[in-house]
Amino acid sequence: MTSRTDGITGAAVVSPAMENEDLEEADVEVALESLNQWQLATRRFLRHRMALVGLTLLAIIVLIAIIGPIVAPYNPIDIPGAKEQGGDPPSLAHIMGTDDAGRDVYTNIVNGAHISLAVGFFSTVIAGIIGVIVGAIAGAAGGLVDNLLMRVVDVTFAVPLLFLILVAAVFFGQGSVLALILVFGLLQWGLIARLVRAQFLSLRESDFVEAARAVGVSESRITFRHILPNALGPVIVVLTLLMASNIVLEAFVSFLNFGVSATDATWGNALSNAQPAMGNGNWWWAFFPGMCIAMTVISINFIGDGLRDALDPRSRL
Amino acid sequence: MNTLVDLEPVTPAPKDRVVGPPPEPDVLLEVRGLKTHFHVMDGTVPAVDGVDFQLKRGETLGLVGESGCGKSVTSLSIMRLIDIPPGEIVAGEIWFDGREILSMPMSEMRRIRGADMSMIFQEPMTSLNPVFPVGNQIAEAVKAHRNVSSKAATARAVEMLAAVGIASPTKMAKRYPHELSGGMRQRVMIAMALSCDPMLVIADEPTTALDVTIQAQILELIKSMQERTGAALLLITHDLAVVAETVQHMAVMYAGRIVESGTVDDVLLRPQHPYTLGLLNSIPALHKRGRQLDVIKGVVPNPFHMPPGCKFQPRCPYAWDRCKNEEPQLVAIAGREGLSRCFLQDPGAGARRVEFDRAAVGTVSGEAV
Repeated sequence: MTSRTDGITGAAVVSPAMENEDLEEADVEVALESLNQWQLATRRFLRHRMALVGLTLLAIIVLIAIIGPIVAPYNPIDIPGAKEQGGDPPSLAHIMGTDDAGRDVYTNIVNGAHISLAVGFFSTVIAGIIGVIVGAIAGAAGGLVDNLLMRVVDVTFAVPLLFLILVAAVFFGQGSVLALILVFGLLQWGLIARLVRAQFLSLRESDFVEAARAVGVSESRITFRHILPNALGPVIVVLTLLMASNIVLEAFVSFLNFGVSATDATWGNALSNAQPAMGNGNWWWAFFPGMCIAMTVISINFIGDGLRDALDPRSRL
Repeated sequence: MNTLVDLEPVTPAPKDRVVGPPPEPDVLLEVRGLKTHFHVMDGTVPAVDGVDFQLKRGETLGLVGESGCGKSVTSLSIMRLIDIPPGEIVAGEIWFDGREILSMPMSEMRRIRGADMSMIFQEPMTSLNPVFPVGNQIAEAVKAHRNVSSKAATARAVEMLAAVGIASPTKMAKRYPHELSGGMRQRVMIAMALSCDPMLVIADEPTTALDVTIQAQILELIKSMQERTGAALLLITHDLAVVAETVQHMAVMYAGRIVESGTVDDVLLRPQHPYTLGLLNSIPALHKRGRQLDVIKGVVPNPFHMPPGCKFQPRCPYAWDRCKNEEPQLVAIAGREGLSRCFLQDPGAGARRVEFDRAAVGTVSGEAV
């Protein structure tokens, strides 16, 4: 009997020493600070140098967008510098020069910041909310519901964005910021929905969901407590990237004069007004608004990159 | 469930099922003629094709077999965690604690899962949700079944972590899965499985993903927790050593059915089925040093082209005409407790039987050198 056990179970002998070792190791781990998931993510984010640079830049830009109009040197409707035909180059009085109508470029940019940022931010929020809800329902329900919702997503992808912006401009009256936000948001949630659904489909089969099922956790709780939080990491990253691209998109459609009304200061309108600069060499008309867009987009992309690393619970940065 | 859509992935069992009489009250789990098939693109895979076994209250049973023999599907069928489709429980009854669970609505099944029967999974690295502390996950299992406050559930989680030998359980309860080693995570899984004092614990290859030194600790833990709580244990494994160490009874599975069962001592020391003998032969042992390892010749049959008659017959050194023409039934083994699915049990086996017995004695005594 004894010999049989030895023959077959050679390896299966418990050594008390090993057990102690395991426990001691655990004690050492406990001695380290224990942080919750958000603290860990925050710490990982703050160690991400590029993300910090992006966050600082974006914070400055947002700050300027909020308090800038109050402290701007000129009133945006004033024409303080119409001395010379075609605008002045940057000088002490006008640090970014003046445009062809003699308006201060810096004042324009500062006043345009909040519209550009608002279009980017709110359109992304709309796309995010609709996308997460639709994607979660499709991924959790599967079958016919999933199929129907994904066909709706296909339809949103089939609608040409620029065409709809044109239609919206006619329908809402050209220059409506709200219309722009709605059109961006309502046409872009499909991307988020697909991502969330894909996350749900893979997480639904994951071992921890099966384990939760095996201890009798209800399906709705599994969906909202186990799958959704795990699905959100990549979604947040994609949303930051979407926000950056929406800021560019706003500038683009405003440049084409389909966006925000040309009388409102936005970065896109500033660029649009700068079109003659290509002919007359007044580089400051295009350079400063262009830089603003580029800086904002780059800083948001850096933040997205940092979030991607920070939100992965498996990464140890 | 107040959601817009039916989130339940497993279709409820038909209500008009006709089932046989319940088993004796001391039988906690009885599986009768269970057939779980998977409908895949190329056809139907009969992963489990007529499995019968019994597990009495507080007893331990090891289900052994090589990869693909249907042992995990059997355990998932008992938990009703088979995804339908592609899976389908085609036939059979599963009696648990006096009730036939395949006839139950899913809501009732969910009340049983985790409370009366629970499961320890193979992969501790991925079986815990990465975004919640482990204590929360144990507490969630408790709250799913007991009407207790979050505080009481957390206290229970800490108590369970202490019971499975985790040092500083209060602190460890706040740890995230990625902060724990594989062995620690499996301890957490065991704590979770036992948190509601289940009557049955199914351990599906609980040590396969762990390294050898931790395997021994985890097996010892499962055994001692089983003894302490008095829960019945169904241990699924491909490792005969694990079975020999941990359980009293065992059943050997091959190609979706049980080929031999009995007490561990009987099956391992007095095997009655050529497949069991083949498994015992293929264990490396000290006295076999320098020799080529014995293997069971051939491969597991293709599930789409099962051989006629006995499923093991193409690989069996003792097979004769009858094995190809007729499928043997699981019959009582003469002279001891246990069942075997082999015509060698028939008086008609004659000289083959003598030959098999001689080989079996040789293998077992060889093992004992």
